[in-house]
Amino acid sequence: MIESPSGFWGPVAWIIVAVVASLVGYYIWSRGEKAHKKGMQSEEFLMANPRLTEGKTHVRAHNIYWGFFEGLKKYYDPTVRAHTGIINDYIIWFVALTAITAIILLIVGVL
Amino acid sequence: MAKDIYLNGLHVYTLGASSPNLTIPENYIAPVRIILEVDSMSIFMAIISATVSLVAAIYSLSFMKGETGQNRFYTLLLLLVAGMLGIELTGDLFNLFVFLEIASIAGAALTAFRTRFADTAEGGFKYIVISAAGALIVLFAVGLFYAQYNLLNIGALANVMQYTMLDKIALALLVIVFAMKLGAIPLHMWVPDTYAVAPAGISAMLVVSSQACMYALFRVCFTLFGITLNMYTVGWIVIILGMLSMFVGVTMAIPQTDIKRLMAYHAISQSGYMLLGVGVGLAVLGNPEALATYGRAAMSGGIFHIINHAMYKGLLFLTAGALFYRVGHRDLNRMGGLGHKMKLTSIFFIIGALAISGVPPFNGFASKFMIYESVYQFNPILSVIAMLVSLITLASFTKAFQSAFTGPQLPEYEDVKEAPKSMLIGMGILAAAIIFFSIFPGLIVHHIVDPATNALIDQAAYVNGIMGGIP
Repeated sequence: MIESPSGFWGPVAWIIVAVVASLVGYYIWSRGEKAHKKGMQSEEFLMANPRLTEGKTHVRAHNIYWGFFEGLKKYYDPTVRAHTGIINDYIIWFVALTAITAIILLIVGVL
Repeated sequence: MAKDIYLNGLHVYTLGASSPNLTIPENYIAPVRIILEVDSMSIFMAIISATVSLVAAIYSLSFMKGETGQNRFYTLLLLLVAGMLGIELTGDLFNLFVFLEIASIAGAALTAFRTRFADTAEGGFKYIVISAAGALIVLFAVGLFYAQYNLLNIGALANVMQYTMLDKIALALLVIVFAMKLGAIPLHMWVPDTYAVAPAGISAMLVVSSQACMYALFRVCFTLFGITLNMYTVGWIVIILGMLSMFVGVTMAIPQTDIKRLMAYHAISQSGYMLLGVGVGLAVLGNPEALATYGRAAMSGGIFHIINHAMYKGLLFLTAGALFYRVGHRDLNRMGGLGHKMKLTSIFFIIGALAISGVPPFNGFASKFMIYESVYQFNPILSVIAMLVSLITLASFTKAFQSAFTGPQLPEYEDVKEAPKSMLIGMGILAAAIIFFSIFPGLIVHHIVDPATNALIDQAAYVNGIMGGIP
């Protein structure tokens, strides 16, 4: 168990709760329809279109969270543009940030 | 040795002296020899580096099988270990620079080792350029100290530190160099370029190599300068770097479709948590009441996160390497359904992904919990952003898992097999460590994290280890 300034965290208690919840879930599942067998259900109906082959039903990575990126376009456009991949730019960032930090430390020391 | 340090306090080893404890030679008033000074923080970092390096070496037995020049690969791997341990154990600022160079050169060579791939040379080149620029600046900062105080030893320098204008410039140089080497935003851009193309075991080692640079940053702030510097200002600089790293790192991770670049951005994001926790401790170092109320807990959370991150990020890089080993690319757009054939790798990936996302009861949650609750008392907004970042991390790894492991088995991967044994053993060790840390976080925090936090705060003990009470 670990303590924080306003609480504590005990993973063992959490695990016990999770195990009990799983057992309850298993009990409910075990009371289900026993006569049902795999493959009994009919094929999926997708707007009368022919059934897709297995490879085509997989949602690829670049399609996931499309709406998230569209919504945050104003954030992503400049942020992605800043990642030029050019080593000269990396060093410019380094020099600029060093100068800013030095100025902050010197100014704060004087004030 | 670790047990001895935890029980009896810090150890010093003076190279070339008649006795290892003879830090200051007779008729001298300051240390002149190379000295290793190992306290609870140093040994904490050394345990992490040694563990992940061992796992990386075991993993590489299969991963690098078939590559030419394996004797050179393992020689460089050991050189990288030496560099990391040197950074963590040395008590001398100039030797810190030397070990930083050793780790950087070995890391760059290992990144570019597989010359048959087009992008490895670019990754290695970028790493060596930013490392060489950084090392040059470290040397310049060391020169500034030596010109003023005629000293190179960290403890001896801390004993006479005046915090002059030159010291402030040296501090700025060191903070920013180590921030770049640990991959803090906006100095992070080399991280995805390098981590993504390095062999998977080496990517895991580069994570702990970056953590060694984070240790150097903390050592400079807490031990070299300590209470002489303007803690509030420097603390906030570290916090701002941490917040930027957390947020920009995770938001840049989501759009990635190269699985290792995605993980590299997450490595940047997770470093932000460590900077946030320890930065809050630094900001309140001069306020004993705040330090006792939440500063120490924030630091412990940040330091606990270092070891957690080394374990789960190492594991995730190794799972990404296993995928690459079997399918021959890192493109999530082309992956799918691999969980059917790579069941153990899928389980290891789930463990790592849940841990990094801070899902209870995993160890990532334990350290983040300490950070959230303590940082909330310093500034609630920082804590809320940290929680939001954790949520986006989960979303990002859900995408990675869905893309690579779930879905129907794709025809092009019908012949894919589970990863080889040595790779599974490497991943298994880290997964076991994650589960152990998850179930017994109190054991880790009380026995190795809290002593490390206390060692970092206790500047006087470090100085006395060298100066032996000489004023």
